[in-house]
Amino acid sequence: MSSARAWREYPQRYRYEAAVCDQCAKWFFPPRLVCDACGCREFTTKAMRRTGKVLTYTVIRVPPAPFKDQAPYVVAIVQMDDGPRLNVQVTDFVDGQLKIGLPVSLEFRKIYEEGEAGIINYGYKAVPV
Amino acid sequence: MRDVAIVGVGIKKWGELWEQSLRNIFVDSALAAIDDAGANRIDSMYVGCMSGGLFVGQEHLGALLADHLGQGPIPGTRVESACASGGVALRSGLLEVASGASDIVLVGGVEKMTDVSGDEATYALATASDQEWEAFNGVTFPGLYAMMAVAHMHKYGTTREQMAAVAVKNHFNGSLNPLAQYPHPTTVEAVLGSVLVADPLHILDCSPITDGAAALILCPADKAAEFSGTPVRIIGSGFSTDTIALHSRADLSSLDAVTRAAQKAYEMAGKSPADIDLCEVHDCFTIAEIMATEALGLVEIGQGGKAAEAGETAIGGRIPINTSGGLKSKGHPVGATGVAQAIEAVEQLRGGAGERQVEDARVAMVQNMGGTGASAVVHIMEAM
Ligand SMILES: [Zn+2]
Repeated sequence: MSSARAWREYPQRYRYEAAVCDQCAKWFFPPRLVCDACGCREFTTKAMRRTGKVLTYTVIRVPPAPFKDQAPYVVAIVQMDDGPRLNVQVTDFVDGQLKIGLPVSLEFRKIYEEGEAGIINYGYKAVPV
Repeated sequence: MRDVAIVGVGIKKWGELWEQSLRNIFVDSALAAIDDAGANRIDSMYVGCMSGGLFVGQEHLGALLADHLGQGPIPGTRVESACASGGVALRSGLLEVASGASDIVLVGGVEKMTDVSGDEATYALATASDQEWEAFNGVTFPGLYAMMAVAHMHKYGTTREQMAAVAVKNHFNGSLNPLAQYPHPTTVEAVLGSVLVADPLHILDCSPITDGAAALILCPADKAAEFSGTPVRIIGSGFSTDTIALHSRADLSSLDAVTRAAQKAYEMAGKSPADIDLCEVHDCFTIAEIMATEALGLVEIGQGGKAAEAGETAIGGRIPINTSGGLKSKGHPVGATGVAQAIEAVEQLRGGAGERQVEDARVAMVQNMGGTGASAVVHIMEAM
């Protein structure tokens, strides 16, 4: 990943900045340039609340190349309390705790490293609350 | 719009074709299609390929493959819609002939996937998801379909055994297809005993990594008699997109773009699900076949797993699904898949599917999708 791309995505990965449609109040995370609900192009930036609940999940046992050293790990789709849905890793849970409906909160974590001299990518992971 | 027919098909054995390059794999099948049609010229060609760039470091496939096919000056267009590339290439060729812009169009698909390692292939395939907001977090395609499976099991009570029944059926069908990559029958016990890839999906729930190509020759239906291949008419075509990210969908247990594409294809063809004699669906994972048969209206919503387990979708069943062996057994060279599905439909409607033949097959449907169903394309064909 280029350093420009990593930097460009910091507002969401580090600060949960969402765009809220000025016309219909739909939340977008990450932000978009046009609302897919009402067509409005004006938005207000708001920090999304970090809480939500698990809608579905899986254990990745065969990872893509950048995550080679991390498997197995859990990935879930989380319904955030402010409306957006995310694809996110789940961590810090105990055996048997993971289930549909589990309340979670997003925390700042390392996602993956790009080799010896590449970028260390940070972002959010979900943990049970 | 003119009526369009398929007058030639070409496909060779799929698998790990280490001795063959992307260009030769394509040309081999394209020449077979040209020979089957008895075509003495091609006016234009479309080639579905998901990722020549990541798999073999080669883009600009339209010109490259027209050149190597010996068709140099003709327009050559590469079509990319992830795993739906082949189906969208077919639709592009169909529209070009229907519009009157060209008379003889070659529609091909190709993918050369085994020049990279398994984890590099997994990475390349994951780029069909939302690179920034799905793949970034380490999710894979098996992982995304696994999450759909968990949602489907939770909502409808679909079972692990029902998903395994899809793999067993498709491997049985594939065992009757000499071109299949894995023409070996399997059992429910073998599927459930195979290694987990993304819970609850095991390796035998997943389509394989495959090298392969497929090609068709299209022409106006009223000129079909000028060619040597037994013609099949394309009577319906539908294409729809959905959110690129699975997590943005209102319902994680349905394939809404497939439903919309099917509605358009049924409407154009003047057919309903009851008219369909057989269907090739995009079973990149066993759960995908279950959800696709539901979205196409061939089984009731939520009943796809039960239908597979009860044998309704077997050859000789109420609605045979994936008589070719599907992606599961036949293989899944991503860009070629949608074209190969159409070839199975043509073989069945020509009555030339051998041991896989569906009795009195008159109308066939093919459903191809990209990503987690963000691109969905459906075609309906009828014997002439
Ligand atoms: Zn809006």
